[in-house]
Amino acid sequence: MQVLKIATAGSVDDGKSTLIGRILYDTKSLTTDKLEAIEKKSKQNGYDYLDFSLATDGLVAEREQGITIDVAHIYFSTKKKSYIIADTPGHVEYTRNMVTGASTSQASIILIDARKGVIEQTKRHFFINNLLHVKEIVVAINKMDLVEYSEKVFNEIKSEFQKLLDKRTYAEQRVTFIPISALKGDNVVNKSDKMSWYEGQTVLEHMEDLNFDDIYNAGTPRFPVQLVIRPKTNDFHDFRGYAGKVYGGELNVGDEIVVLPSKTESKIEKIYFHDQEYQTAARRSSVTLTLEDDINISRGDMIVKKNDLPTIQSSLDATVCWMDSEKLTIGKQLIVQHGINRVLAKVNDVKNTINTDFSGVNPESNQLEINDIGEISFKLNKPVYTDSFKDHRTNGSFILIDNQTNSTVGVGFIK
Amino acid sequence: MIKSTVNINALENEAIYIFREVVAQFERPVLLFSGGKDSITLVKLAQKAFYPGKIPFPLLHIDTGHNFPETIAFRDELAKDLGVELIVRNVQDAIDQGKVKEESGRYASRNGLQITTLLDAIEEFKFDACIGGARRDEEKARAKERIFSVRDSFGQWDEKNQRPELFDMLNGKIDLGQNVRVFPISNWTELDVWTYIESEKIEIPSIYFSHKRNVFQRDGLIWSADDSIVYRDEEETVEELMVRFRTVGDMSCTAAVLSNATEIGDVIEEIRSSTISERGARIDDKRSEAAMEKRKQQGYF
Repeated sequence: MQVLKIATAGSVDDGKSTLIGRILYDTKSLTTDKLEAIEKKSKQNGYDYLDFSLATDGLVAEREQGITIDVAHIYFSTKKKSYIIADTPGHVEYTRNMVTGASTSQASIILIDARKGVIEQTKRHFFINNLLHVKEIVVAINKMDLVEYSEKVFNEIKSEFQKLLDKRTYAEQRVTFIPISALKGDNVVNKSDKMSWYEGQTVLEHMEDLNFDDIYNAGTPRFPVQLVIRPKTNDFHDFRGYAGKVYGGELNVGDEIVVLPSKTESKIEKIYFHDQEYQTAARRSSVTLTLEDDINISRGDMIVKKNDLPTIQSSLDATVCWMDSEKLTIGKQLIVQHGINRVLAKVNDVKNTINTDFSGVNPESNQLEINDIGEISFKLNKPVYTDSFKDHRTNGSFILIDNQTNSTVGVGFIK
Repeated sequence: MIKSTVNINALENEAIYIFREVVAQFERPVLLFSGGKDSITLVKLAQKAFYPGKIPFPLLHIDTGHNFPETIAFRDELAKDLGVELIVRNVQDAIDQGKVKEESGRYASRNGLQITTLLDAIEEFKFDACIGGARRDEEKARAKERIFSVRDSFGQWDEKNQRPELFDMLNGKIDLGQNVRVFPISNWTELDVWTYIESEKIEIPSIYFSHKRNVFQRDGLIWSADDSIVYRDEEETVEELMVRFRTVGDMSCTAAVLSNATEIGDVIEEIRSSTISERGARIDDKRSEAAMEKRKQQGYF
């Protein structure tokens, strides 16, 4: 079974949790005990409809304030696919959660309140999905029931949103517009009988038809070594295997490879997955490789194909999303974790901050505050082996760690 | 024989990647083993991650003293087969030392009492990473759990200040005294676990399958009457039914379900068509709407 991960984005009160609750309800994924709990709570709160947001708002603080404050993961499956929905909050101050949710997703649903249309937050949500190269975007125009299911309203919002498409940097992204009412169940799972003017698919139908080879961003094969496996048992006395995950493209037995940083050349001798040998390691598989030659390899080294080298960089130019209340300033020391590889870094330059409403950059900015996005140069104490984010979603990104608090304080996308 | 292409089971590959990160990033990892299907699945994944090496960390079981005997026998057998060290720490010891107080009454359970014993064991062995089989689909508070979840020196979960996890990069950097709870099968559902157990032909304790048992009914749930540990009122009458357990926790808080599923295929069919969630039969979650979140803040899984 294939797994599709979908991030959701919307402003407060756009009905995101209700949409997810509706999907669960209409796909019969809510179990009786969960449904009973929702019914009970809805009644207690004095609502005359079922409050599906209760299915996802998991933390006490959220239930008290009626808002979602952290990424929650919701699971359901159909006959065709398994789905993971990352429910990410819409507040301005929670950009970090939205970026986090989008980073592991192949598709995104951006919710718009039909009464409000495209607002600043909508632009921000689309900007982040564009920045993170999420391939498949559904713009769900919600609360159609409150605008009399009007085609005119839908078309106006759609053309307003389409103006943003000219300004985006990730042109391969597909954007689909769907008019819905999450509360009433129109065009979420089941077709609405109130909007005969809409001939497209429902939200779920659209997700069901997505083709996986199409929505996973490919690239060239990269194999960062996580661990060296040396069992030193009688049966495997001289075994020396390199454990890791294959990113970008597949690796084959007999491939001519180069190990970075030593640039030693060899060939792939065997590919193991558990106790079985294979000819090919597909991308995203966690395998163990052996090489024809004895080479000194340790964690953090990278095995790549001979004719497909990444860039070896001692400095990085990247677009950074900053997630810490302590500002990012010139001269600040941080740890860059690129894949599994950690190096010390220093902020060399803050070139600008980028407006998330597509209105351009502020070149005079010299620091990033929490939730700011900007272009930053880093100097590294050791080289990393990178691709640009546009060519390689995994090998083109890194996280930033504060070496005092150990927290993850930002994420970077390499130029 | 050399096969053609490694089959991509996204969840399995993700779990193996996480196991390898744990061993690379921490000095004293341990796998929390309850004898339940989720922790048995973890053991299988760990074997795959480090083959042909042995699993490079011990198993830790926090024994409430109220476990199903089938589970304990299964646990000992598995550890022996793997050649892996099994550490057992008993809740009874903490009770005897007066560190925790046994609950009383009809819903008395030792489930919550495990917290103290677990934290003591972490301190005793200086474990810096505890690998657990919790899944995000189990419960609302767990839906927000990270794969690497940092706990302070009191074992507490600060749910509002969690580290963001971007792409598949895992940040396990911690200070001395802190530890990390690791959940390699975070993204699996109950059905994913069962499907995996079936395809990998993994052995699991017999109580997961239909068997005859003396039971009584309370609050719409079916309780085992075979074990004196489960409190029963005089008027709660005992009957013999065909049941199985969907989760295997402490006997005092795990209810059975009516079932004729004798094979894994039957179990999978049953779960597919079930309208009750897995934890619907866990009385410990029903105490209040925020029961799990509260336990997690105190250091529970």
